[in-house]
Amino acid sequence: MSIWVNKDTKVLVQGITGSVGAFHTRQMLEYGTKIVGGVTPGKAGLTVEGAPVFNTVLDAVKATGANATVVYVPPAFAADAICEAADAGIDLVVCITEGVPIIDMVKVKRTLEGKKTRLIGPNCPGIITPGECKIGIMPGYIHKPGSIGIVSRSGTLTYEAVHQVTTLGMGQSTCIGIGGDPVNGTNFIDVLSAFQEDPQTEAVILIGEIGGTAEEEAAAFVKSRMTKPVVGFVAGQTAPKGKRMGHAGAIISGGKGTAAEKIEAFKAAGISVSEAPSDLGITLAQRLGRKVH
Amino acid sequence: MNIHEYQAKEVLAKYGVAVPRGQVADGPSEAEVIAREFGTPVVIKAQIHAGGRGKGGGIKLARTPEEAREYAKQIIGMTLVTPQTGPQGKKVKRVLVEQAGAIKKELYLGMVIDRAVSRVVMMASTEGGMEIETVAARTPEKILKEYVDPALGLMPYQARNLAFGLSIPPELTGKAVKFMMGLYKAFVETDCSLAEINPLVLTEGGDVIALDAKMNFDGNGLFRHKDIQALRDFDEEDPTETEASKFDLSYISLDGNIGCMVNGAGLAMATMDMIKMCGGSPANFLDVGGGANAEQVTNAFRLILSDPKVEAILVNIFGGIMRCDVIAEGVVAAGKTLGLKVPLVVRLEGTNVERGKEILAASKLNIIAASDMKDAANKVVAAAGQAN
Repeated sequence: MSIWVNKDTKVLVQGITGSVGAFHTRQMLEYGTKIVGGVTPGKAGLTVEGAPVFNTVLDAVKATGANATVVYVPPAFAADAICEAADAGIDLVVCITEGVPIIDMVKVKRTLEGKKTRLIGPNCPGIITPGECKIGIMPGYIHKPGSIGIVSRSGTLTYEAVHQVTTLGMGQSTCIGIGGDPVNGTNFIDVLSAFQEDPQTEAVILIGEIGGTAEEEAAAFVKSRMTKPVVGFVAGQTAPKGKRMGHAGAIISGGKGTAAEKIEAFKAAGISVSEAPSDLGITLAQRLGRKVH
Repeated sequence: MNIHEYQAKEVLAKYGVAVPRGQVADGPSEAEVIAREFGTPVVIKAQIHAGGRGKGGGIKLARTPEEAREYAKQIIGMTLVTPQTGPQGKKVKRVLVEQAGAIKKELYLGMVIDRAVSRVVMMASTEGGMEIETVAARTPEKILKEYVDPALGLMPYQARNLAFGLSIPPELTGKAVKFMMGLYKAFVETDCSLAEINPLVLTEGGDVIALDAKMNFDGNGLFRHKDIQALRDFDEEDPTETEASKFDLSYISLDGNIGCMVNGAGLAMATMDMIKMCGGSPANFLDVGGGANAEQVTNAFRLILSDPKVEAILVNIFGGIMRCDVIAEGVVAAGKTLGLKVPLVVRLEGTNVERGKEILAASKLNIIAASDMKDAANKVVAAAGQAN
């Protein structure tokens, strides 16, 4: 088991004929992801890396039976692409695009209400079930199949955590970057609850950062609903107030959203907090009572 | 992106939001002319991107055109220090001259995107003039909220809820509703991230107007608003941050002496935290992004080195799509072109890491290699210490 994606997931690439889309299509195929087609309006009939290109998501779904899509289109068209996928009945939409206007995401979230479609992102590295399916831009080879679930708002910091876990001889069930934007599809609680239900997942690494209250909400969920061990880290302990730290959502505004508050909430919820980002793997091993060499 | 009060009022006026009659002046005589035209009294308001201007002497009431001239002379060119500017203050370049009227009541009206519910929310409070954060902390029940369904937009009944909740007299409800509907339209149509009318005033003359106005815009939405982009005031920004944005680099100046170059925002923040934990202090946040090339790396180094406080540099790269050998080549090229004089600690991990390390080792540059984040932070802190 794993969550949301596995070896049977049939994936479409929206924006497959663009340079980024084509590059990552090749990377995903090399990893073993079942890419069944791509969508670029007006380019039906072409193939990219052997995958047939369709004009619309609906055409692609009808022809291939795809149940997931990954969006690499430019920011101005991302909301449209997500809504198109949802309307075509896709179960999982992963939006990698960085720079989507927040107001567009507010509209997208409203559109997705009551629909079965799950959105991950935007501005995220994607989702991977090691050895089975990689949807996104993460380097596949650092992952290893195993029992640790990882969820984060950051891309490269997730890779850091994955690398530490793999180096210590453990592997991952599924790893998900939910993205660094203030309004995104899947949140921490969605992922944590799926990990709690997933028999393969033994423990979870939760990586937050400054801005908003998603970490506090996640902590409350861990406290009340999770029985599996959770290890956490919050980036931005040294970040100044009122400055946007790269991610659109990483900003301490009105004195709210500091790392200190979030770490406090984590600790109060029984989450083992790794004070240093380099100690995530060790903190996890200790929490699980594993020996570290 | 932030804009000045006078610009925000111009934007809002286009959407039918009532604002006082006003005009911006670059010098004292211009202020006097405007005051004469409007008729006194007028308010002279310093235009900087920070609140709390009144407390620092940046807002004055002029009773005659001559007084308007005198106050404008005092304010233009002054370095205004307010609780939001920091101790160094901000230099005032221009003032807004505004017709002053008798105020009956001061209220608060604001809009933001509530992240927790993914909706735009309009907030109102009878505590006009106070910072909303203070009101939220002390008396949260005094903040009225209406969440907006983006499919419908702000509905008139929601605006009425707020107007009646604020005890705006019934004869002014219509004006208040029009004001709020205009504000919502301006917010969504210009990709705002924050709009604040503090205070919103009821005048003796029976008007509902924005005495002050603050608008921030979502940088992601700016591409579709050339008119808003034109309002950007580079003098209000950190010059290095402005320079960085030209190269698509995300850079924030900090107070320390260790320059940082990292890929990814989360890892960049974590690297700063790690430096602090090892007893050092970061000079900047710098995310080179996911697809950086040798040129980007050189640009990043140039930015870091433009800060005279920098005594050592830490490069922390987790190469995924961004290959370590490409980064290493960039680091070597930058080191040679820029004549690197401060110690450089490099930690590489990820795709093609071995090749990357070979390139650095073969470069003959004085590079201190680190095995992981903690090792890198310890080494750079030690190197910066020795520089002292």
